[in-house]
Amino acid sequence: MRSSATELSTGSKIRASSAFVHYIKRAFPIYLMILPGFLAIICFKYLPMFGVVISFQKYSPFRGVWGSKWVGFDHFVRLFTEQQFMTLLKNTLILNLIDICFYFPAPILFALILNEVRLRWFKSTLQTIVYLPHFISMIVVVGITVVLFASEFGGVNLLLESLGLPRYQGLNDPDQFRWIWLLQNIWKEVGWSAIIYLAALASIDPSLYEAAVMDGANRWRQIWHITLPSVANVILILFILRLGSFIDVGFEHIFLLQNPLNLAVSDVFDTYIYRVGVQQGEYSYTTAVGLFKSVVGLVLVLSANAIAKRSGREGVY
Amino acid sequence: MSIRRLTGKERYIDVLVYAVLIVWGAAVIFPLLYVLMTSFATEKEYLTRGFFIIPREWTWDAYLYLLKNDSFANSFKNAVIITVVGTAISISVTTLMAYGLSKKWIKGRNVINFMVVFTMLFSGGLIPTYLVIRQFGLIDTFWSLWLPGAVAPFYLIVMRSFFSSIPYELEESARVDGCGEWRMFFTIMLPLSKASIATFVLFYMVGYWNTYFSALIYLNDSGMWPLQVFLRQMLVLNQSIAETATQVQEEIVYTPGAKMAAIVVSALPMMVVYPFLQKHFNKGFLLGSVKG
Repeated sequence: MRSSATELSTGSKIRASSAFVHYIKRAFPIYLMILPGFLAIICFKYLPMFGVVISFQKYSPFRGVWGSKWVGFDHFVRLFTEQQFMTLLKNTLILNLIDICFYFPAPILFALILNEVRLRWFKSTLQTIVYLPHFISMIVVVGITVVLFASEFGGVNLLLESLGLPRYQGLNDPDQFRWIWLLQNIWKEVGWSAIIYLAALASIDPSLYEAAVMDGANRWRQIWHITLPSVANVILILFILRLGSFIDVGFEHIFLLQNPLNLAVSDVFDTYIYRVGVQQGEYSYTTAVGLFKSVVGLVLVLSANAIAKRSGREGVY
Repeated sequence: MSIRRLTGKERYIDVLVYAVLIVWGAAVIFPLLYVLMTSFATEKEYLTRGFFIIPREWTWDAYLYLLKNDSFANSFKNAVIITVVGTAISISVTTLMAYGLSKKWIKGRNVINFMVVFTMLFSGGLIPTYLVIRQFGLIDTFWSLWLPGAVAPFYLIVMRSFFSSIPYELEESARVDGCGEWRMFFTIMLPLSKASIATFVLFYMVGYWNTYFSALIYLNDSGMWPLQVFLRQMLVLNQSIAETATQVQEEIVYTPGAKMAAIVVSALPMMVVYPFLQKHFNKGFLLGSVKG
């Protein structure tokens, strides 16, 4: 009895270990394929995540993370009491509100309009055109704005002048910064962002429209009762993702448009981090600013997702 | 769509639709066309003629001027190196990782998948990333652009779901025939996913070609700057009124033509490639993967 039991267990052990060896043999090449990317993510995404501990330290590059002095929440206290903080928060919120009100619906509207076009060649030509700016860098977009709207010899101003109209001189006007920012975003990305909605629209079953036409639905009703509900879920998912980046505002773009004159309206957390962190070397403090931002972003996206799930939708994660 | 019948009184919708789209299309194409055309105009014509689209006198002067400008030529060369090598690295690393993670029988797959998604939700931020890159000694090397950008999580997820959609039977029958994982990847999976990979090659290319902020932070040596950083100096910094003198070391005033030509040189390469791949964008592969 006893011997057979041990025999059995060693047998299964052997079987188990040979299954393990077999698995390793089979999986080894696969793990090897995953490895380079995995290492890149560990080194450049996860190491920095652990690097946020320096926001609780008085980090000095010479002492390193292990040798620097701990200061608790000092840097966060400084952030919240800094008078700059309200400006940063206000600018971030305003830019995001403008973005959500005008930029977010734009591609939806664009896709819905494009979806009404029946001339194939017109549709595909227009798509080719409106996707173009997506492939241009933000620098070039800002640069084109400058060569078009510069008060001296800007293309648009030359045109206005030849039509006998007054010149546009608001390019460096801080009051117009937000709208220039918004328009550049819309010009660059509306076509491209519409792709995802167009794909959703293309997957609608045409028989739905057939049935609607039978029932005497006109085009507005077709859009309202078939087209819109079919993309509602995509809109919701993208909206959740958008909320998650509520504390983020396309940093590179703002950075390009920023100058000392419009700092009062253009300064946001990221540009502040760059200025105080990279340029002035206050690493610990600006890491704290960044951590504050990341945590708020995470909380926002998870709550938006939870709300979506509770309301019976699928959510993203 | 052709089933949707037009009734007479709904014609006005069509008129509205085409009007809006034509106006938008013109608003997109006009600035590009204007820049392209005026880059071929002589400086004299630009400064004296007022507004025009088609130059009377065509010239390559602006392009020749850029060619002779050392910092431009150098930044162009840097941009090409960064883009070509970077794209090669990124597409190889991403494709391999996506393929590996598409295998459902691989242990630890869910953990890695979660780790990938999590990087899209939370990040250590600019400064810790900068310090890590500095710690690795990557400052003032192109590796500071290539390694952190090796895997774009979103592209990885899209590619993974693409590989997952390839029927398992294919893999199984190849294995029965004694085909190893590497050979299977190169001889079966890669040819199947050519179109999808080509699309991501384009996306990565555009990303590297247009990158400027990482270059600005990680490359202090101006001899290593890519085209976009040069363009920033040329187009944006020179224009803004109150720049500190240290940032614009050499205050060169560029002619309008040179600015236009520089924009064209920077924008054209990507815009020429993309229409060839456009047909893949609409296939809905981006949609299916939003949910990861």
